[in-house]
Amino acid sequence: MNVGLEHYLVVSAVLFALGLLGVVTRRNILVIYMSLELMLNAANLALVAFSRFNNNLDGQVMVFFIITVAAAEVAVGLALIVALYRRRQTTHVEDLNLLKH
Amino acid sequence: MHLQTLPWIILFLPLLAAVVITLFTQRDRKTSATLSISAIVIGFVLTVIFIKANSFNPEVKEVSLNWLDIGPLQAEFGLRLDALSLMMLLVVTGVGSAIHIYSWGYMHEDRCFSRFFASLSLFTFSMLGIVMANNFLQMFISWELVGVSSYLLIGFWYEKASAADAAKKAFITNRLGDFGFMLGILIVWAALGSLNFGKLEAGLADNPAALGSLATLGGLLVFCGAMGKSAQFPLHVWLPDAMEGPTPVSALIHAATMVAAGVYMLSRTFFIYTPEALQVIAWIGGCTALLAALVAVQQNDIKRILAYSTLSQLGYMVMAVGLAAPEAGMFHLTTHAFFKALLFLGAGSVIHAMHHEQDIWRMGGLCKKMPVTYWTFMVGTMALAGVWPLSGFFSKDAILAAAWHHSMPLFIIGVGVAALTTFYMFRLVFVAFLGGERSHEVGHAHESPWVMTWPLRILAVFSIVGGVIGVEALFGGMLHPGGEHPHGLAAQLVYPFKHAPVAALSGLAAFGIGLFAAWTLYARAKEDPLPARIGTLSRWMRDRFYFDELYEATVIKVHDATAAVVDWFDRWLIGFAAVRGSAGATSLFGNVLRFIQSGSLQAYAFLLVLGVAVILFFVLGR
Repeated sequence: MNVGLEHYLVVSAVLFALGLLGVVTRRNILVIYMSLELMLNAANLALVAFSRFNNNLDGQVMVFFIITVAAAEVAVGLALIVALYRRRQTTHVEDLNLLKH
Repeated sequence: MHLQTLPWIILFLPLLAAVVITLFTQRDRKTSATLSISAIVIGFVLTVIFIKANSFNPEVKEVSLNWLDIGPLQAEFGLRLDALSLMMLLVVTGVGSAIHIYSWGYMHEDRCFSRFFASLSLFTFSMLGIVMANNFLQMFISWELVGVSSYLLIGFWYEKASAADAAKKAFITNRLGDFGFMLGILIVWAALGSLNFGKLEAGLADNPAALGSLATLGGLLVFCGAMGKSAQFPLHVWLPDAMEGPTPVSALIHAATMVAAGVYMLSRTFFIYTPEALQVIAWIGGCTALLAALVAVQQNDIKRILAYSTLSQLGYMVMAVGLAAPEAGMFHLTTHAFFKALLFLGAGSVIHAMHHEQDIWRMGGLCKKMPVTYWTFMVGTMALAGVWPLSGFFSKDAILAAAWHHSMPLFIIGVGVAALTTFYMFRLVFVAFLGGERSHEVGHAHESPWVMTWPLRILAVFSIVGGVIGVEALFGGMLHPGGEHPHGLAAQLVYPFKHAPVAALSGLAAFGIGLFAAWTLYARAKEDPLPARIGTLSRWMRDRFYFDELYEATVIKVHDATAAVVDWFDRWLIGFAAVRGSAGATSLFGNVLRFIQSGSLQAYAFLLVLGVAVILFFVLGR
């Protein structure tokens, strides 16, 4: 079977949708965070695929940047979650609704 | 020291005194008074030195700095030094010095002694500013400053409601006149492109039609300013009320100098008035003179009598300007400054001795208790009534002569007013100083201290000789244009009888009639006989021809109604509908939209994605 651009994009879209589903439905904030990473990587996959099929390295460079930034983001995000847990003794988003009306 | 710097020093010394007193010496009464008094006395001495060196006709008539230069508007800050301003300078600093010294005695027990002297010095500065200004703008600024200091001084005892009201009334009434003044200045500027008096005069001399169709209107608008400040009918109502201020203030501001500023300004700007405008000015002056003299006849408050007398004399001066004889007006202004200041200070001395009793029917027999005050007051009265050879006779005669040459009806009014003047002044003297004691306060009355009596003596001397001494040097050919100038004292004394015998003799006859009437009615009166004799008219006079009530019913009613409408508009349309309405609507929407804020992160994320999807659909899908 000849694997074309469309296949990559479909996989990327599926990954993105799964990630989104996780973000919207899961209750544990750590899992939400993981789903978020999944969405990020879906985007990465799409970029790499475009780069490969268009013979243009820009997309790959972009992916490197995203990976770097994502690493930093993970560090900050996890630190926030740990701090949050220490304060509230919970990781459930339903309990984190102080900004309600 | 260069002679040209003297006027600047004269001008700014009082301002310096006012600033220093306000900032540093509020608590030190003696220093404050010394500062203020020395500022004006030094000013007086420097004025005399300047005039000695230059006579009344300095070579350099103007010293000025460029102040503002905005496009076509060029405003200078300069001093104009000619016979007119130098004479006025002499009057303001001279009479002012006497009154400053007198104030030390009169105000001695007042709590706010320093504040009084600070305001007095501020006033002196502003008045000198008007006198020496060489352009309209500078004069207008000083004009307003004088208004402010007058407000401060009338309302000096601001804890008294009547004084606070009088101060407001004076300020607001003056504002009406000043509005006209400003419009007049704008018209002149628009037509001639300059504000400098010298340039304006030269411009109008070159091209008399330069003001075009607005000439009369512009002149009358400028006259509006004089109408407010010199309390001419119909803006005269503030002056009698201004007597709520301390008596030295009444003497300085509301008799001798400030109210004369209007007449001074008319003389200074005499060249812009058309014959029609002069006609109006003359009649307004004549009406004011007559009206005020009639009212003065039935007043019982010693200061109010003098206030109406001032109004009446100011009417005379304005009439003189209107009769194309501004020099006669200025002459009367000068002599009037002396004897009216003297009369007010005398009245102040009486009030001081009577423990602030001002009703003449509660005085009587004061001549034995206070001889100096009595005799100086008598001199002032005679001068005001125009007894030959006191100063008032000559200046009044100059005005009557001008009226004789120009307008018969105004001449008759002038003579009638002269008779009334004599009548009400001698009524005051007979009732307050002669006869028996009318209340027990008279028994405790005693002569005032020397700081108060010496200014009286000095002013009395000037009231006697002011009509002949120095007149020639002051006015030169101005006073008798076309006629021969009297030389020497003897010629001066008889000049009025030779120049215009009818005017001079009518003036003396008016004095005789007034004195006779006052003598028969009041020499032995226990109470005022006039109300019984002329009934209604007397009541109208006593109640000031109901001008205050008329204004109350018209101007103030209209004003209040307008204010009520505006208040409604502001309160309901702007305040309620616009301001609070929009605020209320915002907060209502906010309250409703608040419930969207569920606090659930995932709901937000879902809505976000939904939104992105919708946007994508519309951007890409179609």
